[in-house]
Order: sequence, then C-alpha cells, then structure tokens
Amino acid sequence: MTYLLAIGTKKGFFLATSEDRRAWRVDGPLILGGDDSTVQSSVYAIGIDTRRSTPRLLVGADSSHFGPSVWHSDDLGANWNEPAERAPIFFPPDLDTALVRTWQFGFGPDPDIVYAGVEPHALFTSVDGGVTFELNHGLWNHPHRREWYPGYGGAAIHTILPHPDDPDSVTVAMSTGGVYQTHDAGNSWTAVNRGIMADFLADPYPEFGQCVHKVVRDSVDPAKLYAQNHGGVYRSDDEATEWTSIADGLPSDFGFAMVAHPTSGDSIMNFPVAAAAGRFPPGNRLQAQRSDDGGSTWRTFSEGLPEEPYFGIVLRDAAATDGDDDAGWYFGTRCGDVYAAVDSEPRWSPVVTHLPDVLCVRAARI
Amino acid sequence: MTVTVFIPGALRNECGGATRLDLEPGEPVSLTGVLDEVAATYPRLDRRIRDERGRLRQFVNVFVNEEESRALAGMDTAVPDGAEVRIIPSVAGG
Repeated sequence: MTYLLAIGTKKGFFLATSEDRRAWRVDGPLILGGDDSTVQSSVYAIGIDTRRSTPRLLVGADSSHFGPSVWHSDDLGANWNEPAERAPIFFPPDLDTALVRTWQFGFGPDPDIVYAGVEPHALFTSVDGGVTFELNHGLWNHPHRREWYPGYGGAAIHTILPHPDDPDSVTVAMSTGGVYQTHDAGNSWTAVNRGIMADFLADPYPEFGQCVHKVVRDSVDPAKLYAQNHGGVYRSDDEATEWTSIADGLPSDFGFAMVAHPTSGDSIMNFPVAAAAGRFPPGNRLQAQRSDDGGSTWRTFSEGLPEEPYFGIVLRDAAATDGDDDAGWYFGTRCGDVYAAVDSEPRWSPVVTHLPDVLCVRAARI
Repeated sequence: MTVTVFIPGALRNECGGATRLDLEPGEPVSLTGVLDEVAATYPRLDRRIRDERGRLRQFVNVFVNEEESRALAGMDTAVPDGAEVRIIPSVAGG
C-alpha cells in the first residue's frame, strides 16, 4: 500500500509518498509543465482523483507573473499536462472577468465530472476529468453575487461538496457570501445559511453574507455537514437547512480548516485559531481538536506537536485525510511544517519541515 | 512587414525553446495584433502574457522598440515594420 500526500505551498508543489505513513519521501518543488516558473507558483488547490483506474493529480497553481492554470498528471507527478489550445479555466469574454486562481476541486459520483471553485467567486465544471472546465452560469447569474465580497483571503469559492449519491446536488461555500446549494445540477442555487452567525453585519443572521471558511461532509451520513465559520463552528443534520453551534468545548470558535474522518461518522478534526484579531494558534500552541460525537464534545489531539510557542496556523485547505479505515490525518502550517498521524497511533510526527507557507494538502491511498 | 518578438528565458519552453519569433503580419498592426499572431501558434505562451480579457498580466512588460507599451498606447500601441517587441517580466518578488 502506498500513501500519497500532495502539498501545495505559497511557493511550490511538493509530493510525499510513504508505505507506512511514518517514513516519507518528499519530492519537490516540482515543475508543473513546460513553464519553468511553475516551480515557484502558489498552489491553492490540489485534487487526487481516485475514481480513475490510474489516479489523476490536479493542481491549481498561479504564478505572480504568468497567471493561473490547472495542470494534471496521470503518472503521480512525473509528467504534467495542460491543454495547449485553451486555458483549462477561463471566463467567457463577454463577462470582462479574469481568473485569479483556483481554490478547490470537487469530485462527484459521476466519472469524469470535476468541479473547480475559483476566485473571483465562481464555480466551473469539467466533464473530461479536470482537463477543461466551463463556467456554471446558474451560480454566476445568482442575484446575490453582486453582494458577495472578498474575505481577507480573496473572493473565492473555496468549498465544493458534491453529494456522494446524487449527481444533481452540490454544496459550495465562499468567503464572504456563505453556503449555497443546488439540487438541479447547477441550474439554480439557494443560500443555506440559517443559524450561521455573521457578527460583522448589521443583521447577525442574514440570508447570506456569512464568512464561512470551510464546510466538510460526514463520511457516513451525507446529510450531515460541519462548518468552520469566521467565528462559529457548526453542524447541520439536514444538509444545511439548519445549522447549530458545536463550538462549546473548543478553545476558540475561530479557525479555517475542518476535516471529516474518511470512514467513521461523527468524527471530525478542527484546527482552532485564537481569534479573528489574533490569527495564531490559541495560547500560541499548535494543536488539533478532535470530536467523535459530531462536535458535542472535543478533545485536544496534540501529542507530538511542538511544545514551544508556535505561530503558524492551519489554512482552510491545509488539512486532509487519506481515505484509509485506519485514518491518516495530515495538516500543514503557515510555518511550512507538515504533520501526519494515524488513528491506530494517535501521535503527530513531521512529514517535512521548513517548506514555504502550506496552503493546501491532499492525501490518498493509491 | 516584419516584427521580431523576443521571448524571456522563463517562457521559452512554451514556444519550443525559441529565443525570438519572427512574424510577418500582413499589414500594420497594434500590439494586440502582434500578440494575436503569437497566440495563433503558441496559445499557451500567449496565456502567460495576457489574461482572457486580452490584458497584459500585471508583472509582464512588453517593450516596442525599447519603449514600454503601457507608457505608449498600451495594447493599442502601433507596431511599425521592422519593430522589435520584447517581453520582459518584472524583476520582483521574494
């Protein structure tokens, strides 16, 4: 069994492989194609498409000089491809809008359907496995769109959750706009933020406008979702119709990343940040918080992490699991350190240290 | 007419390693016309230089006969016969 851990940083893409999830070989930064400058591109989005006979890696990267693109590899990173004739993702010319970057990929139940959430706020769909994408006009034309604003990180759709059984249902989240959902294959979208607070707005519980940082889906019950908000941690038991707070017991209700166990229901990991105005780990101690009862109770999961003061937080896509029943958990920090742990040996150990800021990680058993 | 476009090292892999592209537009062209000619053969090279709106990327500079195009007429800058067009990324970043 081989485990793959893909690491996107502010300056470069790295690939780690392991047979036992304890010893890792780390390669990178990798050149993502013909353009040498991609070796130092910012990598905000990684996808590992395990639905295919050969895993496909997708990387959404952008060069400060030469712009964004999406590269794919069907040989575990040895070779990278990008369509020559057209950009993988681009806004139609009549919209007078340019792609800034890709923030997340989502894989639905249908083969070769891949979603991409991008900045500025938009969703794209691929029917060729993530090689080329087309704009979802239903969401782009939503009347709320002109009232979505960029969060501090950018005006991005950063969460895409295709329903695992219903190809017509997709949930997305953005900063700052909140959570939206379609049940008709993307033709129409509804804001689903009831119960999520927006304490920076005049109406603290608006229809939309919440600064949702990340949403994840329970691995057993697809109607159960968890959200890390800009202040507030929530669960929905009815696929986002209503949200209730599960922040009690956490050292802070602020944060970015949230991860669901790959096979066990009600099991989630949270990576708290002290506060909106103090974006450091609570008490300056790097930590994870874990719940195995859907967020009713939390426990600190920090064995193996640095005990000295630590100032690098975990960004919204910088945590992941690998799909194994004996789950592997992974996260990277803005200090460029990446840690791994497995359920059967719940102790963090470093995969690699001293990388540039880690923006995203994705893991898979291949 | 002829126009020579010089390619920076970081982008030469997008045009088969060429250091320069010798173009022969049929008639007087703007900078947009020159880059459209480049795009016709090397669309991926063009995407590194311009976004989907046809605008120069922020840290890519294009000089026409040693004058920076933004100080001229931008993408509407006229490119005369025999011109040298140089694509020069900003030297910036850490």
